[in-house]
Amino acid sequence: MSDDRFFARARRNGGFVLGAILVAALIAAAALSLVWTPYPPAAIDVPHKLLEPSFAHWLGTDSLGHDVVSQLLAGARISILVGIIAVGIGLVFGVALGLVAASVGGVVEDVIMNLCDFTFAFPALLLAIMLTAVLGAGVVNAILAIGVANVPIFAKVTRALGNGVLARDYAMAARAAGKGPVAIALEHVLPNVAPALIVQATIQFAIAILAEAALSYLGLGAQPPQASWGRMLSDAQQFMFLAPRLAVFPGVAIAMAVLGLNLLGDGLRDLLDPRLRARR
Amino acid sequence: MHHTLRVIVAASAAMLAFGALAAPKDSVTIGMVLEPPGLDPTAGAAAAIGEITHYNIFEGLTKINSDFTVTPLLAESWSLSPDSKTLTFKLRKDVHFQDGETFTSKDVKFSFERAAAADSTNKEKAFFASIEAIDASDPATVSLKFKQPSFDALYHLGMNTAVIVDPKNVAANATNPVGTGPYKLANWSKGSSITLEKWDGYRDAAKIAIKKATFRIISDPSAGVAALLAGDVDAFPRFQGVDSLAQFQSDPRFQVMVGGTEGKTILSINNKKKPLDDVRVRRAIAYAIDRKAIIDGAMSGLGTPIGSHLTPNDPGYVDLTGEYPHDPAKAKALLKEASVTTPLQLSLILPPPAYARKGGEIIAAQLAEVGIEAKIENVEWAQWLSGVYKEKNFDLTIISHVEPLDIGIYANPDYYFQYDNKDFRDIIAKLNAAPDLETYKKNMADAERKLADDSVNAFLFQLPNPTVADAKLNGLWKDAPIFANDLSAMSWK
Repeated sequence: MSDDRFFARARRNGGFVLGAILVAALIAAAALSLVWTPYPPAAIDVPHKLLEPSFAHWLGTDSLGHDVVSQLLAGARISILVGIIAVGIGLVFGVALGLVAASVGGVVEDVIMNLCDFTFAFPALLLAIMLTAVLGAGVVNAILAIGVANVPIFAKVTRALGNGVLARDYAMAARAAGKGPVAIALEHVLPNVAPALIVQATIQFAIAILAEAALSYLGLGAQPPQASWGRMLSDAQQFMFLAPRLAVFPGVAIAMAVLGLNLLGDGLRDLLDPRLRARR
Repeated sequence: MHHTLRVIVAASAAMLAFGALAAPKDSVTIGMVLEPPGLDPTAGAAAAIGEITHYNIFEGLTKINSDFTVTPLLAESWSLSPDSKTLTFKLRKDVHFQDGETFTSKDVKFSFERAAAADSTNKEKAFFASIEAIDASDPATVSLKFKQPSFDALYHLGMNTAVIVDPKNVAANATNPVGTGPYKLANWSKGSSITLEKWDGYRDAAKIAIKKATFRIISDPSAGVAALLAGDVDAFPRFQGVDSLAQFQSDPRFQVMVGGTEGKTILSINNKKKPLDDVRVRRAIAYAIDRKAIIDGAMSGLGTPIGSHLTPNDPGYVDLTGEYPHDPAKAKALLKEASVTTPLQLSLILPPPAYARKGGEIIAAQLAEVGIEAKIENVEWAQWLSGVYKEKNFDLTIISHVEPLDIGIYANPDYYFQYDNKDFRDIIAKLNAAPDLETYKKNMADAERKLADDSVNAFLFQLPNPTVADAKLNGLWKDAPIFANDLSAMSWK
């Protein structure tokens, strides 16, 4: 597939374009917050608390006088950080485990896959709550917890698709030609399962953002004064009757980020999956 | 025939309607923030125990009222010996425990000796240990002989830690309390509500208007607002949604009262931990803090600043809020003088109430200005009680000490903030031995000044007592010197 054709088809995929725009906006917001926010995100300004949106504070201020725009921008940073690292943990360990399972087979495969099933038995968020309860609340532990929950997902995807690839003629031929299992896994299996992994990673990224927001909302993720969309929501909860807007802004931010990543993931699947492509 | 039927239907409908109007409401639902860990006020430190049981299930010899006066309860009258060391109570003779046992001076002796015993977990153990002898030879009289003159004994005896328990039931009081009060425990749905029912055997049963009281545990302030608006709770004393008070004030269905409590909200400092054992560092913290910003930000402006461990309602109060004005420059200089390397990293443990969680965020920002990096750690009450209160594993924490006249806790070097000072203990000894009110006040002022000078903790503000309730409910307390919900005084208009 040439790049030109890829982009031409991508432009025709409305969901993919919208998703890409939303994700680009998310990344832009996080990048912007590194160099500029209207106010320092953690600056407390009690005399100016609970202000309505105005020219000075575009989206108003919260109950301690934090500027909502600054908090949203800085919150995007945490969301992306959590997403990248948590998905990274899942990818590195999950893919490795999946490749080992597919290549070695036998008892090793059974053990790895049963361990994955065992982890699946706990809902991901519950697992994350358990881990943060044991290790203590904080962003780092939240990232670890979400990352650990991601590992079996990637392991399963890699192993299932990897087995398919290993049964193909070219994989057999490589083996017949004397290539070792490690070389086959890296040169033949990995490139062929990569598109599916990219799609899965995008979806897991969205789930990680949601999980971080949920953990922070419960007080197990980001700790004050660190800005986080989930924390903004839990603070806003006390003011639902006085200033419902405080809950709306981070809520919309989370929804847009997750929607964007899901659309992007769906779009990527349409573009990268050869079976779907053939039908067009 | 047809006609008669219609008349009967009309008549019964009228009766139903009349019945609905005539039956006065005799139950009340009260919101509370924390669930008590048990129901024995003589064994646990949680204020929530008293909120449910004090005056309702358990009674003491004296009663502390909303205006901080002390009136008779199980005692009819009392007299103090000329040397102020012996306090003699004449007891009521018509009192029974809810299991049928008769209340006598023996029960008083048992209760107080149990509270002073070596294995006692009573919060006021030190007070009971100061009783030298209890004479219960006459069933209707009890006299307490103190080691020293005890000026505020009547207050201590009015607290929920000094309630009289039934010797036969002490082990079960935490889950199945038996007292002398007008209410019995009917049901406890863990995590949700506790229901009390009027006990018909009470000595003044006819005077009790409320037959059933449900305490609903609502820890979330916005859920509290919603429950009040929906009429799910009739009253919410110590209401946490201070930002929503204006909304209730403008609604004629509700009454809003803002009184004071005995709660001294403080930033507790671990006095044994380096470098916090250096008074200059503790003073630096005091200078770094801006009380007004904390009260405005965390309490919507409710709450009176305090400068030591006493509230403006207490006898002997001295305004020491001027001792450490907000002065970041001075704080930085003090830290430098103490040769502390900044940023100084300290842990700041925050229990759930808004005064702690939001106040903590503000304090962390204020401390950051002077080079102290307070790492916030939000914890639940159980974690706070075990980690901070018992294991003393903290640098800073925010808490409201709600017990009245508890300045004596600073004389206990093992108390969680670990202030160990002989001079202060001498002042407290003198305070406890004060023969008259004037001396008492003078010694109290000395004690307050000593704590402020040593900057033992950073004293923030008197915890306000905002109550939001149905406008038709009578008998609620505006000021709350102790945390109690006196159901026997409540009635519907």
